[in-house]
Amino acid sequence: MTSIITRRRFNFGAGAAAATLPLIGGASAQAPLGVGFIYVGPVGDHGWTWTHDQGRLALEKEFGAKIKTSFIENVAEGPDAARAIRQLAQAGNQIIFTTSFGFMNPTIQVAKQFPKIHFEHATGYQRAENVATYNARFYEGRAVIGTIAGHMSKSGQAGYIASFPIPEVVMGINAFTLAAQKVNPNFKTKVIWASTWYDPAKEADAAKALIDQGADMITQHTDSAAALQAAEQRGVFAFGQASDMKAFAPKAHLSAIVDDWSGYYIKRVKEVMDGQWKSGDVWGGIKDGFVKIAPYNDAVTPAARAAADEVTKGIVAGTLHPFTGELKDQKGVVRVKAGEKASDEIMSKMDWYVDGVQA
Amino acid sequence: MLVSILMTLVAASTPILLAALGELVVEKSGVLNLGVEGMMLCGAVAGFAVAYSTGSTGLGLVAAALAGVATAMVFAVLTLSLTANQVATGLALTIFGIGASSLIGAGFVGRTIARLGPVFPEALSGHPLLRAMFGHDIVVYLSLLLVLAVSLFLRRTRPGLILRAVGENDGSAHAIGYPVIGIRYGAIAFGGALAGLGGAYFSLALTPMWADRLTAGRGWIALALVVFAAWRPGRLLLGAYLFGAVMTLELQAKAAGVTWLAPEFLAMAPYLATIAVLTMMSLGRKSGRLDAPACLGKPFSAS
Repeated sequence: MTSIITRRRFNFGAGAAAATLPLIGGASAQAPLGVGFIYVGPVGDHGWTWTHDQGRLALEKEFGAKIKTSFIENVAEGPDAARAIRQLAQAGNQIIFTTSFGFMNPTIQVAKQFPKIHFEHATGYQRAENVATYNARFYEGRAVIGTIAGHMSKSGQAGYIASFPIPEVVMGINAFTLAAQKVNPNFKTKVIWASTWYDPAKEADAAKALIDQGADMITQHTDSAAALQAAEQRGVFAFGQASDMKAFAPKAHLSAIVDDWSGYYIKRVKEVMDGQWKSGDVWGGIKDGFVKIAPYNDAVTPAARAAADEVTKGIVAGTLHPFTGELKDQKGVVRVKAGEKASDEIMSKMDWYVDGVQA
Repeated sequence: MLVSILMTLVAASTPILLAALGELVVEKSGVLNLGVEGMMLCGAVAGFAVAYSTGSTGLGLVAAALAGVATAMVFAVLTLSLTANQVATGLALTIFGIGASSLIGAGFVGRTIARLGPVFPEALSGHPLLRAMFGHDIVVYLSLLLVLAVSLFLRRTRPGLILRAVGENDGSAHAIGYPVIGIRYGAIAFGGALAGLGGAYFSLALTPMWADRLTAGRGWIALALVVFAAWRPGRLLLGAYLFGAVMTLELQAKAAGVTWLAPEFLAMAPYLATIAVLTMMSLGRKSGRLDAPACLGKPFSAS
């Protein structure tokens, strides 16, 4: 019922546009490069869309008057998306980022009509000559916070508020649990499937239910900060999602997995400027700066800090892979052989849980 | 743990109870306002904005109720004075409320306020049993008092009788001199105030923050609840707590590791309960009319 509405706001990066004016006739007589963004949510969601918009702002900071950014927010996934993308293409943007999985087909469709414009689709798998894809290895961040949870949990039980059982979410649950089990082999992760990406009251109640059932670490793969507030109220620890959510729960918030798209956006826009842009597929992790770990809370013990830093370093160096065998699923079937690292293909199709996950 | 579950249950039920109680009065007067979700959101954002700016959750609650009334008045003018279709106008009100609240709320995203706290002093909530009774915030007690007040008003007072008469037969009520339109304006305003208050319960008590579409469809549950309760305040109270219980126990069951039930099934449970109760009620009644006020949803013009 509520999905009927798509509120649209057009924002032609007023700051950048204003900064252009005094420079006309000066050093940069060239027209600024148009960079467009399509967002699935509101810029103010403090989650997924917000982090993409932080990337856009980073572009403005980096290139100043050399570019002109614009975005359309709250674009529904579906036929309407094609119209929004076309609008940005016709407005003269030379590179357009479409930042949700559901924009995949519309992006491909519009890209065919504008072969000279570069398109970048987040989290998709369809590519074309002028359509590249990119995504982040969030599971690497999950391994880091799982390590902290393993060290900090007294009950040895974490609560995980999950959205939908898609591979990305399952990957997160497994990576978190495996990392915690390296510290405490008996570590258990209780999962509540909320069947929603966003329902603050339900997320808060789910956190309370998990705490009632013995979890003293709360983490989530849903979009609001409500679970953190519930954890703060009940005096247990929790982790932020997508952005640093410390403000919502100063005591409970131990750290957060932060999405950071700015490095990739700057790189790709630079490539367009230099005529070097090529289609491709990037799945970036901590090493690439796509995933960051928010500053630790003072409550994080020195041992937990050291261990978490160690995991981060190992991932960056390539010596540690969160899914290193032997990994068995809950039926005892070996999914990753001893000593082997799970391939990207295995991970991107993950539909099984490791032991200790209660889902 | 039982006390904690009980507290969560009560908190989860309260906003639905408030919004549904307001809508019950509106429908008793013969008007169907489907804009509950929109009014709740306007209340939620106004409550948060005022509480954030003034630091007072009390003022926030007042502002939320007023915002609910203001939103409801848009509906009232359109449907009562201009005799617009009530169903279409109510739906439009929800759409408007979602947009307006996210516009007003844009500047408040990411801000937090102090949670609406328990109304009684700590001393009264030491023992778990006492905490279950006295550990709630003011809105919980207010909602219970309002159920009692509305029930008495509708059944025991003359104005209540008139309001019901307007809902059952607006033509006759008008013929014997009652201001049908005026009474309905009053009922819609009351419904708006309670919806606003219910919405503010999200942004002030449940999750003290502002986020787009914070109520996440609870307004629709409130609408279903009025039918579920067969337009009776007492049954509405039971129904609201039953809905709260199903929602809370669903999550508790998942957290406790009930895996033989699919999560999707558990998510569906509250709605399944509604359908089950509606079916039982319909079977129990030959008329199949479920006691709805006779003039519900029909436009009235005094000419």
